Amino acid sequence: MRDVAVVGFAQAPAVRQTHGTTNGVEMLVPVFREVFDSVGLSKGDIGFWCSGSSDYVAGRAFSFIAAVDAIGAFPPINESHVESDAAWALYEAWVKIQTGEVDTALVYGFGKSSAGKLRRVMTMQLDPYTVGPLWPDSLGIAGLQARAGLDQGAWTEEEMAAVAVRSRTDALDNPLAQLKGSDSAESLLQQPYIANPLRKHDCAPITDGAAAIILAAGDRARELRSRPAWITGIAHRIDSANLGGRDLTKSPSTVAAARDAGFSHVDVAELHAPFTHQELLLRKELSLNGTRINPSGGPLCGNPMFAAGLIRIGEAARQVWDGNADSALAHATSGPALQQNLVCVMEGRD
Amino acid sequence: MAGQLAAVIGTGQTDHTAKRLDVSMAGLCREAVDRALADANVDWPDIDAVVVGKAPDMFEGVMMPELFLADALGANGKPLLRVHTAGSVGGSTANVAASLVQGGVHKRVLAIAFEKQSESNAMWALSIPTPFVMPVHAGAGGYFAPHVRSYIRRSGAPTHVGAMVAAKDRRNGALNPHAHLKQPDITVESVQASKMLWDPIRYDETCPSSDGACAVVIADSSTAGEGAAWITATAMRTEPTTFAGRDQVNPQAGRDAAAALWRRAGISDPLAEVDVAEIYVPFSWFEPMWLENLGFMPLGEGWKLTESGETEIGGTLPVNPSGGVLSSNPIGASGMIRFAEAAMQVMHRAGAHQVPDARTAMGHAYGGGSQYFAMWTVSSIKPS
Repeated sequence: MRDVAVVGFAQAPAVRQTHGTTNGVEMLVPVFREVFDSVGLSKGDIGFWCSGSSDYVAGRAFSFIAAVDAIGAFPPINESHVESDAAWALYEAWVKIQTGEVDTALVYGFGKSSAGKLRRVMTMQLDPYTVGPLWPDSLGIAGLQARAGLDQGAWTEEEMAAVAVRSRTDALDNPLAQLKGSDSAESLLQQPYIANPLRKHDCAPITDGAAAIILAAGDRARELRSRPAWITGIAHRIDSANLGGRDLTKSPSTVAAARDAGFSHVDVAELHAPFTHQELLLRKELSLNGTRINPSGGPLCGNPMFAAGLIRIGEAARQVWDGNADSALAHATSGPALQQNLVCVMEGRD
Repeated sequence: MAGQLAAVIGTGQTDHTAKRLDVSMAGLCREAVDRALADANVDWPDIDAVVVGKAPDMFEGVMMPELFLADALGANGKPLLRVHTAGSVGGSTANVAASLVQGGVHKRVLAIAFEKQSESNAMWALSIPTPFVMPVHAGAGGYFAPHVRSYIRRSGAPTHVGAMVAAKDRRNGALNPHAHLKQPDITVESVQASKMLWDPIRYDETCPSSDGACAVVIADSSTAGEGAAWITATAMRTEPTTFAGRDQVNPQAGRDAAAALWRRAGISDPLAEVDVAEIYVPFSWFEPMWLENLGFMPLGEGWKLTESGETEIGGTLPVNPSGGVLSSNPIGASGMIRFAEAAMQVMHRAGAHQVPDARTAMGHAYGGGSQYFAMWTVSSIKPS
């Protein structure tokens, strides 16, 4: 396989609502400028482009087509799009570089969740014949999962609150975070349930946002970044959509993706867990004992749909660039109750 | 260089029709997938990864339907990737699946594309008003008709050429058991007598709205056996929908993609070296327009190849022997059907619409406002 590294990363501020259009252009233009400036490249240097977004979040067909206007794609570009979190767009770009056809790729994702009622929009992901018509929303589905783990003794509400406190405390150092600073776990646990057993602090906020990453192969990566975050493995898997057909307290797709990605031990992990119990689940499945988790504050402090998984890869790569970590794991998820999962393992080389 | 060799070892299609009320989305996909696996002589354990493509989720009213389809697509426990690049998506999906083999990531990949348009109304799903964007109004025909008028004006093509394309493709469709429309008795005159929808596009020059799916199995050189369709080149290009000076009739993105495709495939004279082409022609006039855009014919002369009958089966360059998009249009699958039909031709598995001795074929798809392009070339000869 070719050596490929994450060399550039930029993200829009995670905010409750922007005033731009749902096609992401207003969020993406400054993000592209920042990511290009960070490595001294321009659009003509990019061999392949790939994005991730959702028409349902945008409330319109072909929202990604309008997003191309943020690039200025003329002369025409070599481009593709996934209807998924942009972490999967990064996977497609990594594969494209593996074919040897290109040496660089720019990957971006965007989501303007404020455009609709997100928890009901996400219901449209469910089996339209047997589950969707019952209208369980995204918090309700996550609540079922959290309850299953509580009943099984896999986690406690106190542990869940501790995840929220740690995340919001870490976010104090992240200028782009939407939520930062936290009350004590004791006071959080006094708050009412919003989808029993989930309280507000257990759920990621609704966020408008966007992000972009630049990948480069071999010597090109070494030219662009003094300590590139080399991708030593990247893989993804999916589990059944049948919520009653799998153990919601486990994530076999995460375990299998991590094995495919060659994961054994890392210094830091960025986990795409939009609910506190999902972080606890993932930590257990990946045996992340003593690993620094989500130093950025993670998705609980800013969760732009269809970009938040890509942001995990960017944040983990930044830990490698800055020398804070020699090895890092980034995780991304898609679908209800952690149905689909991607693991990207990176390392610095000195 | 394009990495490892990859080949199509099997294809499958549904019997496309206006409303498949007998099957769910899962059942529709499985009809194509089961046929593709049987054609490839492989079974579920042989499949390393699944790539799914379809056009906007609003066509069926399900957000990311590949998630709920994971069980039916045999994807549980495997990697599943969802591609969406507008009308070109079926082609892009095949290209992404090919890249998984060419990149050395997997040995065998199942690619599937579908659209079940009867679940909703595609024309109106495409016509949602959005701020700052030129409205499409009533469907794609209204959007593309001015491009067609411009082509006729620029090229001086006689007006019956569009009807010739429609009559040819519908007659070809009658040879294809999977085609939605089968009209063996259609004539140029009957097309010209059909109702005018979007001047100069008449009813019989317009693609149908179909339910359908298509699947291909792509394998590496260690697992592809005799009779495979070797993928000799892939290309994708995108340009913005609108900008000052954009040539919508002959878009740069299409020309660039074709140039990259021919270069990578080692083809210097496409008309002479390609035996059969499956080109995305949703409205009749796009056959001569794309013949020029793809470099088969010089600028302004695409219609001459059509008018001379050379795009019929038996001609210099048979175009859409399957009947093309004009005979079946499950939008998200239409691009992959072009790619699969190109493969079927060089595998000599096209039945009654087989082009004799086809060895090199190209599949083409486009989408959006003629701004997304995906293409591949396939060959019966294994590249050395």
